[in-house]
Amino acid sequence: MSDSALAVSELEVAYGAVPAVRGVSFAVGEGEIVGLIGPNGAGKSTTLHAIVGLVPARGGDVTLRGRSLRGWSPERIARAGVALVPEGRRLFAELTVEENLRLGLAARRENGSARDALAEVFALFPVLEEFRRRHAGALSGGQQQQLAIARALVAKPSVLLLDEPSLGLAPTIVDLVFSTLAQIRDRGLAILLVEQRAQRTVALADRTHVLANGELRLELTPRDAGDTDRMIAAYLA
Amino acid sequence: MSAVLASGLTDFLRDAVDPQVQADAMGLGAIFALMAVGIGLVFGVLRLINFAYGQLIMAGGFALAFASERGWPVVAGIALCVVVVVGLSLVMERIVFRPLRGQSPASMLVATFAVAFLLQSIALIWFGPLGKNAISLVELNQPVSIGSVEVRKISVVSLATALVALALLVLLLNRTSIGLHMRAAALDFPTARLVGVRANAVSAVAVVLAGLLAATGAVLLTVQYPTVTPTFALRETIIVLAGVVLGGMNRLYSATLGGFAIGYVFGVLGGALPTNQSQYLTSFVFALVIVVLLLRPEGLFTRGGRVVERV
Repeated sequence: MSDSALAVSELEVAYGAVPAVRGVSFAVGEGEIVGLIGPNGAGKSTTLHAIVGLVPARGGDVTLRGRSLRGWSPERIARAGVALVPEGRRLFAELTVEENLRLGLAARRENGSARDALAEVFALFPVLEEFRRRHAGALSGGQQQQLAIARALVAKPSVLLLDEPSLGLAPTIVDLVFSTLAQIRDRGLAILLVEQRAQRTVALADRTHVLANGELRLELTPRDAGDTDRMIAAYLA
Repeated sequence: MSAVLASGLTDFLRDAVDPQVQADAMGLGAIFALMAVGIGLVFGVLRLINFAYGQLIMAGGFALAFASERGWPVVAGIALCVVVVVGLSLVMERIVFRPLRGQSPASMLVATFAVAFLLQSIALIWFGPLGKNAISLVELNQPVSIGSVEVRKISVVSLATALVALALLVLLLNRTSIGLHMRAAALDFPTARLVGVRANAVSAVAVVLAGLLAATGAVLLTVQYPTVTPTFALRETIIVLAGVVLGGMNRLYSATLGGFAIGYVFGVLGGALPTNQSQYLTSFVFALVIVVLLLRPEGLFTRGGRVVERV
């Protein structure tokens, strides 16, 4: 487990006296997509926030290639190669598309040229090159989501975390997001995908964990994609 | 009675448009604008109103006086001033601002009050209430002719220095990655950290830049007021803070304009009010501040509702 790109073991997070994540363990390997699904308030986002250092873990550990991230600041974790595409995208609406992408470069470890790094994400999302001088706030929701993913990718992370990237998007954009994830998985990235769209996530991910009340309850594989909803409903009932 | 009033008003208006008064007012506005940028930069990135900004300028003033009393060359005096002010800024950031990051604005403001009066008390113990004289650059008060108009050199120097400093700052903020990181941190600090922006680095850079601006302010202010006392720049800081709020605290551009505007108004009133009424100057300026805030509580130079960059 320690040689996984990202390993979460016995993670405990609480807000005050209220436990939000209880003893969660899973791992994400290189070139792997792991899904994390579950009802609202199940602890999905909290798990992501604990991984990137936004909320402190009360117990357990998060390791990056065997190295513990406990107690690290968010910027140090980002610079170690863990990128988060946050829920609601959290773009800098008043900065241009290109400035948002250049901010993503802050966490880049290797010193290739900035232009090459930008060219790579422009190849994935051509619309961003077209609108590179526009303010991020002037983009459509789908374009903003592409920018949010591009901002994370431009840092060349080894682990990519996504918090509900398909939320509020038109179906064609959701298709684009999912196909892009499949594409970048093949480049060896470790991807942890938190989603509401259970069936699509199960179909795409190598493994999908179902989280409820802060605990992992069930693990699904693409073979279960046909009747995901029925399985989850039966389980949570 | 009305004749007296009318002639008084005529005198006032004549003096107010006098080129020398105008030049002095713009020079003072330029210094206040520099101070406003310093306060605005730190507020933008650290979300903290640094009331101790005036004491940084005071410390710079004492550094200049120290050099002046020992007959150091002007450049050495300015260098000492920069070292003292920037050094003090960094110490302040490290032992007060940084540990308080994320605390309530009220706690941070009170902490900077404490720092301000601590520094003032130390200055009182070290240098006494009468202060020291910084006279190395005092000849800048001599007039220079621009066309047919004579103005004090310091007015021209202040305006030119402020324009150069602001241009450099704009370049830094818009053309460098640390500048971009600072702008991002000012917009949304948690997200900036999430993408890898180093919180401590942007906060230190903001404080160093504000310190450089304070040192510049100290050099220019000591020309106008060569006697440096423990309360040096205290009144100016309060006026600049009013100007920053007046212009619009949330944006660097509007805060800068607010600083300039209040310095300019202060200068015009100071130059044009008859000597026997100049004791009303400060009350006059602050009455004006209240009126402006009643009319435009969001700030004089903010565009309603539109979101513009904070830094």
